Amino acid sequence: MIGFPSWQNRGLAHITTLSQAIRESVHDGDVVALEGFTHLIPYAAGHEIVRQGKKDLTVIRMTPDVIYDMLIGSGCVKKIVFSWGGNPGVGSLHRLRDAVEKDWPKPIEVEEHAHAGMAAMYAAGAANLPFGVLRGYIGTDLTKYNNRIKFIDCPFTGEKLAAVPAHRPDVTVIHAQKADRKGNVQMWGVVGVQKEAVLAAKRSIVTVEEIVDDLQAPPNAVVLPYWVVGHVCEVKGGAFPSYAQGYYARNNAFYKRWDDISKDRETFTAWMEKHIKNTKDFAEFKRVLEGK
Amino acid sequence: MSLNYTSDEMMTIAAARKIRNGAPLFVGIGLPSAAANLARQTHAPDTILIYESGTIGAKPSVLPLSIGDGELSETADAVVSIPEMFAYWLQGGRVALGFLGAAQIDKYANINSTVIGGTYQKPKVRLPGAGGAQEIAANCGEVLITLRHNKRAFVEKLDFLTSGGHFEGGDSRSKRNLPGRGPTAVITDLGILEPHPETKELTLTNVHQGVTVEQVVAETGWALKVAEQVGTTEPPTERELAVLRDLNERTARAHAGQQ
Repeated sequence: MIGFPSWQNRGLAHITTLSQAIRESVHDGDVVALEGFTHLIPYAAGHEIVRQGKKDLTVIRMTPDVIYDMLIGSGCVKKIVFSWGGNPGVGSLHRLRDAVEKDWPKPIEVEEHAHAGMAAMYAAGAANLPFGVLRGYIGTDLTKYNNRIKFIDCPFTGEKLAAVPAHRPDVTVIHAQKADRKGNVQMWGVVGVQKEAVLAAKRSIVTVEEIVDDLQAPPNAVVLPYWVVGHVCEVKGGAFPSYAQGYYARNNAFYKRWDDISKDRETFTAWMEKHIKNTKDFAEFKRVLEGK
Repeated sequence: MSLNYTSDEMMTIAAARKIRNGAPLFVGIGLPSAAANLARQTHAPDTILIYESGTIGAKPSVLPLSIGDGELSETADAVVSIPEMFAYWLQGGRVALGFLGAAQIDKYANINSTVIGGTYQKPKVRLPGAGGAQEIAANCGEVLITLRHNKRAFVEKLDFLTSGGHFEGGDSRSKRNLPGRGPTAVITDLGILEPHPETKELTLTNVHQGVTVEQVVAETGWALKVAEQVGTTEPPTERELAVLRDLNERTARAHAGQQ
């Protein structure tokens, strides 16, 4: 069965507040991808999902990091689909581990892949294909526990190749450097799998550092045209503690601090109450965090 | 015997020495990244460092904390998307050498970075998972592995096979038709292990200064094969130690100097 051309599912970009974007585009039970590969991680949008108390989400991400730890520990997540879940360079995601190992705050379903498989799944979704194909997974134990990894014979050479189903998120959320007033979105640096994740999704939310009159994007710059994105929201610093190249650096010290904040349930819960649930938006979160 | 360097420093330096100048090198974060950058700042200045975040030819002056730090993209020759990185560059067979860490390793250099203890569904310890490691292990021309040597890590049977080395030994890797040759050396804080040319079983070929063969055997969770002639690793040179310590100090300052 062939799906709709993906653009038929979208409206044209509209510039809104982040709170409105999450309210209108993320629903309980949705399949949500908040993508970003160490760079441009949509933290502010993740906070807002927690603030609005969304639940039963299936969350997809190649590298679930601290923002997924926050979502999981806050009870928003029913299932996680991922390929590397850690605090980069620091260690474990304690809330993810607590959910997997001890069912806290609730049991979590796990669908686990390798990076190349996840990349192929997004690329297949963007291309409106039913599955992605790659030379991977052969001889590894992931194939024993994930029945969505299959093997096929190449019809031309007979080579055994892995097949993985396309990702088709209900909504993809990303952060980028800039958008113009029409909603064209531009990003650069480590761009990860965000373009594919947006094109694979039914809806999308893009937070940006700034909205400008003219992107002044050179040809070949990564630009998502306004007619393939949904909500565009200006949230300055919205990728903190990750980084936005050209705007601010990765706050490695916060990633290290997260290890202590998230280690036990009470400290985590109190931190989330104070910094996320009791603040009205990302700007207030930053003020509380900085003790202002 | 008292040494003027730590066993971790010796491990990083021994690992760095395995890197040939000019080779495109796929680098994991942590110990592999430290060794790769030490090599680039000493004997192998033209090494092409590739991090899975899409940064090709990165030349960081401090060690990145994450695989996609700004330091990497700012100094890279090219920055590509993730699907491109895995499809065109790694699967495309363009990377000569892969460099991995591990939580557990077995006698055929298969590695586990997924779960420890319990069951897969209810593990005692949930580790981060595969990331790009299994594609690096499958597709790079050859693979180096570096980790600390103890019985918890060097196990008879892995709790989970995340990334394939030489599988069940012998020709079991080539029968699986994986493009790369697989692991060619395991560098630890005690010595160096290399797969036997035919059986592919890891064999102790080198011990570092001040380490005995018995000590390495005792820290290995299977009956470790020992080469007839076990070499002793050259101790770190003054330059290697100075460059490594300088790199570590600059890195610590850079990572603490925020917030």
